[in-house]
Amino acid sequence: MKATALIAEDEPLLAQALQAELARAWPGLRILATVGDGAAAVKQALALRPEVLFFDIRMPALSGLDAAATLADEWPAEQPLPALVFVTAHDEFAVQAFEAQALDYVLKPVQPERLQRTVARVQAALRAHAASVAPDWAGLRALLAGAPSATPRLRHLMASAGNSVQRVSIDEVLVFEAADKYVRVLTQGREFLIRTPLKELLPQLDPEGFWQIHRGTVVRVDAIDRVTRDEAGKWRLTVRGLDEAFAVSRLYADRFRAM
Amino acid sequence: MVAFNPRTVARRVLIAAVFNTVLALAISAIKGDSFATTLLYSQFIGFYIWAGIDGGRYLLSPTGWPGVRPMAVLVVVAVFAGYALGLASGNLLTGRPLLSSTNNLPGATVGFLLMSLALGAFGAYYFTSREMLAKARLEQEEAQRQASEARLRLLESQLEPHMLFNTLANLRALIATDPPRAIDMLDRLNGFLRATLAASRSDAHGGRHTLRDEFARLDDYLALMGVRMGPRLRVCLDLPEVLAPLPVPALLLQPLVENAIRHGLEPSARGGELNVSAQREGDTLCLSVSDNGVGSEPPAREGFGLTQVRERLQALHGPAARLEWHSEPGQGTRARLVLPLPT
Repeated sequence: MKATALIAEDEPLLAQALQAELARAWPGLRILATVGDGAAAVKQALALRPEVLFFDIRMPALSGLDAAATLADEWPAEQPLPALVFVTAHDEFAVQAFEAQALDYVLKPVQPERLQRTVARVQAALRAHAASVAPDWAGLRALLAGAPSATPRLRHLMASAGNSVQRVSIDEVLVFEAADKYVRVLTQGREFLIRTPLKELLPQLDPEGFWQIHRGTVVRVDAIDRVTRDEAGKWRLTVRGLDEAFAVSRLYADRFRAM
Repeated sequence: MVAFNPRTVARRVLIAAVFNTVLALAISAIKGDSFATTLLYSQFIGFYIWAGIDGGRYLLSPTGWPGVRPMAVLVVVAVFAGYALGLASGNLLTGRPLLSSTNNLPGATVGFLLMSLALGAFGAYYFTSREMLAKARLEQEEAQRQASEARLRLLESQLEPHMLFNTLANLRALIATDPPRAIDMLDRLNGFLRATLAASRSDAHGGRHTLRDEFARLDDYLALMGVRMGPRLRVCLDLPEVLAPLPVPALLLQPLVENAIRHGLEPSARGGELNVSAQREGDTLCLSVSDNGVGSEPPAREGFGLTQVRERLQALHGPAARLEWHSEPGQGTRARLVLPLPT
């Protein structure tokens, strides 16, 4: 079966070794490029549009997980998402998480038999091609959301506003949006900045009350007005009480299927 | 005993009951009194005395022995009070006048009192010293457990699975493509593992570990990392020949070098340079590890590696040695150890 792939691996010898093993396990696979960091992985994947991605987890600039999440947001809407395979050295936590989410992964050093199984799975997935969000990408979403934690629910935010600190009740918040080093907090008619990263905020928010709709956006469910598909096939979400529209990532789009 | 322990108390109640019964048997045998009556009085008096001594001790000092003088006073008071209360309680049950004594002779009463005193004092001493012994043993075990835990944590931090498995994966790749390089890498790994295990066993001076040894071990580790990171890692080790024979604690610099790789250079897409150098400044020895990697804001809490280096310096040289650490986001990180020159 003919297909194209991209390898993202920061250790040159391991990238070569994976390529060599793949040449044996899947002679029809053409490696379009091999890159050494997460940011380059995103860039090259968007430029070359491979059908299969082999991503190392620990990479400079952007981890394999974050690179995949970025790709899911930026991948052209008319094209199916590529098959996703993670490659990791011993990393007990990651392996458990992958198993739990049925994500495909191979362990380094790559064993030929294990790689053969992965190749068979990927080939089957490529033949099927049907689902708009392949199961491995749905697993990635769950993985990124993190396990529901016992951290106490956040009830207030302390946002700096000039020389003072403004208390904002969580009940007033409509949207959290990541912006550079800050997170924008939008309420009815007002906007605040906080420094706590979205990744840290998420586990402290009620998962029923707030939905993540994009890598950098979390919205209050009760405030969601509508989701519209634009000409380019991208979904955009509007929130009651705000003029802005927010992009919905493919990873999260299946939340908005009409009943 | 750190806190009130119901099991200990229950065991003592049992011991006291057995003791009181044996005493009653002895007294009724000697004096020919009814065993039932003697047993009743013996139990009452015995329990009151025990409760007085043990309860009083617990109130005075919940964790151990309150001292000889307070204990002597406590035993005397508890014996007199327990004797009087026990008698009165026995009288109440048997229907005798409340304050009458079972012994008509004053001498016998005094004899009983003295015997109770001696037994009470002995019991108090015996149980308390046993308890303190157990406590000391527990503390020792705890200290031992903490020490081995610290050793284990050190070993774990140095034999990080991610590093180990990635190194093995590289080795596997090299065996097929470049056997001579694979052999060199295996030798380096061998040296690194041997040094790490040796250092985890004896955390002290390590005997004759010199700066030359230290730099050789770092060279092994960095060669392994060099195979993994390829051209992204550039290394410069600078050890002046005159300083090479100086003794240093084994793998003192290792955590600093690992930090530089893990937090400075590995996260950087273009990699960078790592410098390790030794210098003599006056009567001090300066060891520095610096990189031009991604750098960081000062961390809220110092990591395990830095803390461990600091603690080892403190233990070996006290305030005469220090660790300076400086990092700038986007610029890199520099750690500098200043220690007194060995004389």
